[in-house]
Amino acid sequence: MSFAEQWVAFCTILRKEIVRFIRIWVQTLLPPVITMGLYFVIFGTLIGSRIGQMDGFSYMEFVVPGLIMMSVITNSYGNVVSSFFSVKFQRSIEEILVSPTPNYIILLGYVSGGVCRGLLVGIIVTLVSLLFTRLSIYSLPITIGIVLMTSVVFALAGFLNAIFARSFDDISIIPTFILTPLIYLGGVFYSMSLLPEFWQFVSKLNPLLYMVNAFRYGILGVSDINVSYAFIGVTVFIVVLTAWCLHLLAKGTRMRS
Amino acid sequence: MIEALSIRGLKKVYDNGFEALKGIDLTVKQGDFFALLGPNGAGKSTTIGVLCSLVVKSAGQVRIFGNDIDQDFSHAKKSLGVVPQEFNFNQFEKVADIVISQGGYYGLPRAIAVERMEKYLRKLGLWDKRHEAARNLSGGMKRRLLIARALVHEPQLLILDEPTAGVDIELRRSMWAFLQEMNQQGTTIILTTHYLEEAESLCRHVAIIDKGCIVQNTSIKSLLKCLDKEVFIFDTLNELSVAPVLENYPVTLVDKHCLEVELNKGQSLNSLFALFEQQSIDVVSMRNKINRLEELFVSLVEKNDSAEEKSR
Repeated sequence: MSFAEQWVAFCTILRKEIVRFIRIWVQTLLPPVITMGLYFVIFGTLIGSRIGQMDGFSYMEFVVPGLIMMSVITNSYGNVVSSFFSVKFQRSIEEILVSPTPNYIILLGYVSGGVCRGLLVGIIVTLVSLLFTRLSIYSLPITIGIVLMTSVVFALAGFLNAIFARSFDDISIIPTFILTPLIYLGGVFYSMSLLPEFWQFVSKLNPLLYMVNAFRYGILGVSDINVSYAFIGVTVFIVVLTAWCLHLLAKGTRMRS
Repeated sequence: MIEALSIRGLKKVYDNGFEALKGIDLTVKQGDFFALLGPNGAGKSTTIGVLCSLVVKSAGQVRIFGNDIDQDFSHAKKSLGVVPQEFNFNQFEKVADIVISQGGYYGLPRAIAVERMEKYLRKLGLWDKRHEAARNLSGGMKRRLLIARALVHEPQLLILDEPTAGVDIELRRSMWAFLQEMNQQGTTIILTTHYLEEAESLCRHVAIIDKGCIVQNTSIKSLLKCLDKEVFIFDTLNELSVAPVLENYPVTLVDKHCLEVELNKGQSLNSLFALFEQQSIDVVSMRNKINRLEELFVSLVEKNDSAEEKSR
């Protein structure tokens, strides 16, 4: 396939993905807005006013970056895992598998779809947060860089989950039992400095802590960790997950007999 | 003549140890209309699965218009269109979108894909349904949608896996006419079917596959020459209470106005009519009892079964 043909194939997959999540906006775009709106009201306004300052910022200002990142992560992951598993389940994945579309274009198309939804939800949640607090950006390159790369990591992880999934249960197990606890324990709602030394060490094993803190650094200019570790970690994740997904696509794992 | 398809030593052993293909060889010439016949589980769909890369082969080589499916999969796949047995499209997607997207996966610019979508949906009588979700189509329409989708990139080789299964007679005939037109325009067609009448009417060459082996690969004409007996049905004017005894011709009484007579190769129909004349039986019409190819198919598969049993 020539470059132009590959570009057409990529646009076809991406277009389908974007049309899909926009068509079902009540399921894809509205729930995170409502959930995050509730977080802002409860944690930011009601409880936050009693907590006082955290790392030199009001509690509302402190939680906003974490909550934006949380929506980006869950939506990037959720879009790819549900969309790719559905095409596998309905066997319409065969439409692409019989075509000359290379595996890296299939992966790029689905991951880009996940990133688009993750970032779109992130933007909407940011706009909602402006109703509750002022938001200034400390470093635009770090903010955009980390949110984009984190979105790619979780879109890739969603793709991996969809490849291995055999049933709809399998695509909800990882988000419920692994992703959500890691996000909640990843410093979205608190500064790591509040934890005893042992739990600070345990928290540092959680990759989401680095992503959330790097994003918070981009917006507020404060972080519990060295931001460069976050970029290195995310890059490593992208490389490893991409290689793994391409290997599974080449083998045809759970797609070809 | 160029080979549209060349299969050499193709083997497939599934993870559970089942040997679906035992090293088959098959060649289909460009422009041919080829039938791949076989009972359920013979290996037809596995073969097609390998060609379109949905089944990973265990050994062997496959070339489509000279392009090896492992070394030059892009060119090989561009030459190939596949109509699967099952409906494998997104049931919630619109008919037009299914066809246009398929064009996109083959790298067709959207404008061309839209043009082709219109062309093939019109040809297959689905144009009025283009805005409908696929799940709202009837079974026959869904099958035609599979054909339109497989044709959007205008492949040189079209493979259809039981395209008329579950389709009513009228629609089957119109699909036959469509496929014949495609073949006359130069598309090489391979079809698997259970309707042997379909193979006999449409195809020039046939391969019979059974238990993962090709048991026959020849032209339909040569295959029919192998047939050593035929059964004819005669409708009689006069009422019969018992089957008449006709020397060298086994006769069965079907009902009081109908007889079945078995003729061996070389036996004359004139002699048979002479015997009817002698017994004052007036014949008003005659026809073949069953599809001739069907008889041959059954005998070939039975031969293969007994050969396999002997070798055990």
